[in-house]
Amino acid sequence: MTDTPSPRLHAEGVTIGYDRRTISTDLTVAIPDRSFTVIVGPNACGKSTLLRALSRLIRPEKGVVVLDGKEIHSYRAKEVARRVGLLPQSSLAPDGIRVSDLVARGRYPHQSLTRPWTGDDQTAVDEAMAATGITELSARIVDELSGGQRQRVWVAMVLAQQTPLLLLDEPTTFLDIAHQIELLELLTDLHERGSTLVAVLHDLNHAARYATHLIAMKDGEVVAEGRPSDIVTAELVEEVFGLPCVVVPDPITGKPSVVPIGRVRSVGSR
Amino acid sequence: MNALTVDAPPRVLSVRMGGAIWRVEMRTLVVRIVLVLVLVVLGMGALAVGTFQLDLAQVFSALTGSGEGNVRKLVLEWRLPRVLFAMLGGIALGVSGAIFQSLTRNPLGSPDVIGFDAGSYTGALVVMLVLGSVSYTLIATGAVLGGVAAALLVYVLAYRGGIQGFRFIIVGIGLSAFLVGINSYLLISTGTQEARAAIAWGFGSFSALGSEQLLPFALVLVAILPLVALVRRGFAQLELGDDAARALGVDLERSRLIMTVLGVSLTAIVTAAAGPISFVALVAPQVARRLVRSPGLDMASAGLTGAVLLLVADFIGQRFEITVGLVTVVLGGGYFAWLLIKEGIRR
Repeated sequence: MTDTPSPRLHAEGVTIGYDRRTISTDLTVAIPDRSFTVIVGPNACGKSTLLRALSRLIRPEKGVVVLDGKEIHSYRAKEVARRVGLLPQSSLAPDGIRVSDLVARGRYPHQSLTRPWTGDDQTAVDEAMAATGITELSARIVDELSGGQRQRVWVAMVLAQQTPLLLLDEPTTFLDIAHQIELLELLTDLHERGSTLVAVLHDLNHAARYATHLIAMKDGEVVAEGRPSDIVTAELVEEVFGLPCVVVPDPITGKPSVVPIGRVRSVGSR
Repeated sequence: MNALTVDAPPRVLSVRMGGAIWRVEMRTLVVRIVLVLVLVVLGMGALAVGTFQLDLAQVFSALTGSGEGNVRKLVLEWRLPRVLFAMLGGIALGVSGAIFQSLTRNPLGSPDVIGFDAGSYTGALVVMLVLGSVSYTLIATGAVLGGVAAALLVYVLAYRGGIQGFRFIIVGIGLSAFLVGINSYLLISTGTQEARAAIAWGFGSFSALGSEQLLPFALVLVAILPLVALVRRGFAQLELGDDAARALGVDLERSRLIMTVLGVSLTAIVTAAAGPISFVALVAPQVARRLVRSPGLDMASAGLTGAVLLLVADFIGQRFEITVGLVTVVLGGGYFAWLLIKEGIRR
């Protein structure tokens, strides 16, 4: 645990799960302010469940999630949605919706009966589309876009929400490698502009390279957390994923890079 | 494959009022306006045509309060309530259908398919056959209670820490089948005379209705529709999936419960007034959707389409001297056949 004085978003001793199936017991996690926090761990280790608890989607059986000093469930849903944005693992684009209209849906928590749509909303939508590089797609139908483009539209929708905290559940899944990097670079830009980001990622190397704070989970528990260069070791990867590997410095950034050992075969004759 | 089509940006009408902007897609607006015009024309036609043919000038003068007494009486007291019933009933059913179809994310999720009509009929049958009453008010009350009870039952039976569309429909269809059985039992275990009247009620009809029935119906409808408009926007966010809607600040279960109550009320008031009229709620939102071509269901167009459909159905019914409920059943059967064939071709 980082001992930052009361970070904006943290979970204290939470027991979380679904339908009496407990995933994590007595879990305490803090998201350092202004960090790009990445959560890694094997499948079904409770990463997404934690993210859902942090974004008020599920209510802990025990313990509390605290947002800005108050229990997250004590806020109205819209109030939370003005502070914490979430890109869920699966979202549905309504049939035939256009890019700009889908991005505009992100403005919902800022709107009310007396304030249906204002110039501020339009500005937020335009900025979100510009930041994700989809301005020229704005009139296109979402269903007709490629996977990478579509994911950028969803990110734009969450950006239009203009929340200081942004949670993303496996945002790079289903993207090819170039689009994965493109998205991670985009998230890094957002982070540099002051957002606090939390992302669940599958790829350890991406996590180690882009995270400023890494949380490694296994069986619903936090095994290690800290700066990637401090905590990513062959022992940790072996412990968390059961994967024998060596950790070498990434040739570009010098950050830790995980190379699996596997069954070593002699490199075939070329 | 990504075809190199560049979609023309949709033309959007924005109206600035103070700091706020109201936006509506041009096509949606045009569809709504055309539907209103069609309704006016059809309504005028329905007022003119009948055993006593009138010309439009006579209808118009009767509506504006001039014209001769007999014609005025015919138009205002006999024909107008019926035409208004068909229009307003169609709006109620169309909106109700749109609510349940977006609630379940399924074009089959309509109140008549998922057992609410059958429940209303059960309620009415209990009043007519078990309590032996012929009072219009009592039968209407029975129908409302039956419909609401059926809806509650579906809601409770389908509830598993939340409402999921497909389960809602399956439970509804199951309950509907069960209630149809009960209704048949009630009908065959009674005398022929009473059964006849009860069966007739089972095919909704506007023919016996006048302005004294129209007024309470219209008042309730006018009370409900603004409520639908109030919660509509949050409800539309449900189209994005449960997680995304919640993350955007929608109180999911509350929003669904409110919409269920409003949708049930809209169907129930029509059934209470005129008896069960099926398929309008099923068909109208889908027809409207094809006209508007916008994502999601536009409630206003769905309601107006329902009004057009029901007015036409009632007109056909009058021509062939059958009840409007029977006409909509036939039209609905045709719609189902078309849907099946279309799906069959796609496979």
